[in-house]
Amino acid sequence: MMTILGIPTQALFGQLLLGLINGAFYAMLSLGLALIFGLLNIINFSHGALYMMGAFVAWLALNFLGLGYWGALIAAPLVVAVIGIIIERTMLCRLYKLDHLYGLLLTFGLALIIEGLFREGYGVSGQPYAVPPALAGGWNLGFMFLPIYRGWVVVASLVLCLGTWYAIEKTKLGAYLRAGTENPTLVQAFGINVPLMITLTYGFGVALAAIAGVLAAPIYQVSPKMGSDLIIVVFAVVVIGGMGSIMGSILTGYMLGIVEGLTKVFYPEAASTVIFMVMVVVLLIKPAGLFGKGA
Amino acid sequence: MVMKRLLLGAAALALSTGMAHAQYSDGKVKIGVLTDLSGTYSDLAGKGTIVAAQMAIDDFGGKINGQPIELISADHQNKADIASGIARKWYDTEQVDVIAELVTTAAAIAVREVSKEKGKIDLVSGAASTPLTNDKCSPTGFHWTYDTYALANGTGNAVVKNGGKTWFFLTADYAFGHNLQAQTEKVVKANGGEVKGAVKHPFPNSDFSSFLLQAQASGAQIIGLANAGADTINAIKQAKEFGITQAGQQLAGLLVFITDIHSLGLETAQGMMLTTGFYWDMDDQTRAWSKRWSEKMGNGKMPSMVHAGTYSQVLHYLRAAAAAKTDEGIKVADEMRKLPINDFFAKNGKIRADGRMVHDMYLAQVKKPSESKGPWDYYKIVRTIPGDEAYQPLSESTCSLVKK
Repeated sequence: MMTILGIPTQALFGQLLLGLINGAFYAMLSLGLALIFGLLNIINFSHGALYMMGAFVAWLALNFLGLGYWGALIAAPLVVAVIGIIIERTMLCRLYKLDHLYGLLLTFGLALIIEGLFREGYGVSGQPYAVPPALAGGWNLGFMFLPIYRGWVVVASLVLCLGTWYAIEKTKLGAYLRAGTENPTLVQAFGINVPLMITLTYGFGVALAAIAGVLAAPIYQVSPKMGSDLIIVVFAVVVIGGMGSIMGSILTGYMLGIVEGLTKVFYPEAASTVIFMVMVVVLLIKPAGLFGKGA
Repeated sequence: MVMKRLLLGAAALALSTGMAHAQYSDGKVKIGVLTDLSGTYSDLAGKGTIVAAQMAIDDFGGKINGQPIELISADHQNKADIASGIARKWYDTEQVDVIAELVTTAAAIAVREVSKEKGKIDLVSGAASTPLTNDKCSPTGFHWTYDTYALANGTGNAVVKNGGKTWFFLTADYAFGHNLQAQTEKVVKANGGEVKGAVKHPFPNSDFSSFLLQAQASGAQIIGLANAGADTINAIKQAKEFGITQAGQQLAGLLVFITDIHSLGLETAQGMMLTTGFYWDMDDQTRAWSKRWSEKMGNGKMPSMVHAGTYSQVLHYLRAAAAAKTDEGIKVADEMRKLPINDFFAKNGKIRADGRMVHDMYLAQVKKPSESKGPWDYYKIVRTIPGDEAYQPLSESTCSLVKK
């Protein structure tokens, strides 16, 4: 068997693919964060809690309404988006003129409250959520066994990420959005409802988190802690990619998933810290992040 | 004449209550339950242990030789510094006489140090590591429900004897995981098995696919999970997803709680072997107690071994404190070592010099969904492991209290 740096090539390919799958989650979550930061200037610390909420809505829908995976994939983001919009309209909208720090503190507090409520109601061990029958099983790729479901996650994530990027960077609506954040008074003068646009953007950002939550439900346990386990890593991804850069957060998400996967092969003990080491190095060399604009 | 007798009686009464006051410091016995109320172990320990401790107090009658028994509780957040801080405060300013439960090795050891220094009793139910009855043993410290030696011994032995000769470990990268892996490796090798490798994963960790792939590549028959709680749950779930169990490799969960099985569902967990100190559905006594506990919890759950163990340890402490007629740490500890333990949790249990409460352990197998008759009907008890066989022999103990 061929080896690279002492690791059989088969295993290496397997780990690269797994890294890509984890990267898909990082990309979806950091995209939502970057979107919200880029357009609303809010560091949305409740993103992880809303991701968890997405998974829980799917689980609740299945157990109490009999709504399956595919239905949840549409319903959960809608429910969470509505909750997000309520949060934005009642709380966040008061903070836009203040320092970033206030948004961060508010959303962090919200995250703790949401997590606490779910923990109180459902305990910490998590709830099982089965892989939908249509995506059960797996392919033997020769170098590894790939569960079909994980393949689906990568495809779904790519479609979502690229679709969002396209909508913001290449469409007229996206142009309004970007202009609205640059100079709201001017854009408003053209008859565009900027506050509504901002509200919907927040709703869309948290809907992305909720979709990621539904996608994650069959892989991990649906647990109140699933968001807080992930959120710090996702923040590191956004910082490395460059705060607010849409493409930056997508690419960095996938890239760091792979870096982490490789670390698990060569030095597993460091797998949870490698992303932060990368962050330190990137910030030293390029303080605005890999894809960030300006200093 | 009547007056004289009355006066005499009153004097005698005053004298006797006065004596009782002198025996129990500040006229009461105060029990502190220190546990994880919000973190990763709050289902298998947590609030349920407070309920269990209160049940022990109620069943004892709420009073000890006429003096009230009080219960307080706190969240140590699985952190050693917070645990020792609370213990110090409880002993110094809140007149706590004994601290119970103590899930998480680091927290238990931190409280052990403080208790030893103050001559107070600590009762460990949730923490697993064997140092508690070896290097860190204390005259007033007790380890009740299970430990890594018993887990490794029970599951390891059974799996190797069933033909699982080659092992690969997924190990949580902290003291408990290392301890559990080392203990299990010993058992595997002693039975003629072979360890093909191990990977230490970060704690906590949610994605196990990379590590499972390495375990698969090793070709070992058995993948030993030297971790706990959410880590074990996710590893088992993902092993199924990646077709590892279907392809013939078997998982051995070295520390699995019934709350983990409930969370996984039988579809995923079926067939797994595990070692436990308690199962609610074992006999009439365990069922009766568990139903009472479940009603008090009000969430339809059944108790884990940590919950049941907490009841047993608090009840035994109260019996000993009543017999010793004092709440002074060393005297009650001596009495605890003398008295046999017989309750629904431990039949003919006994406490050794090193503080280990020796009782029978059980080797269980998780039922198939078709075999389960109702909610929480999860285990088949395959074998009762007699206490003396389950726990580390005293001759191997490194505890300074063990005379050699």
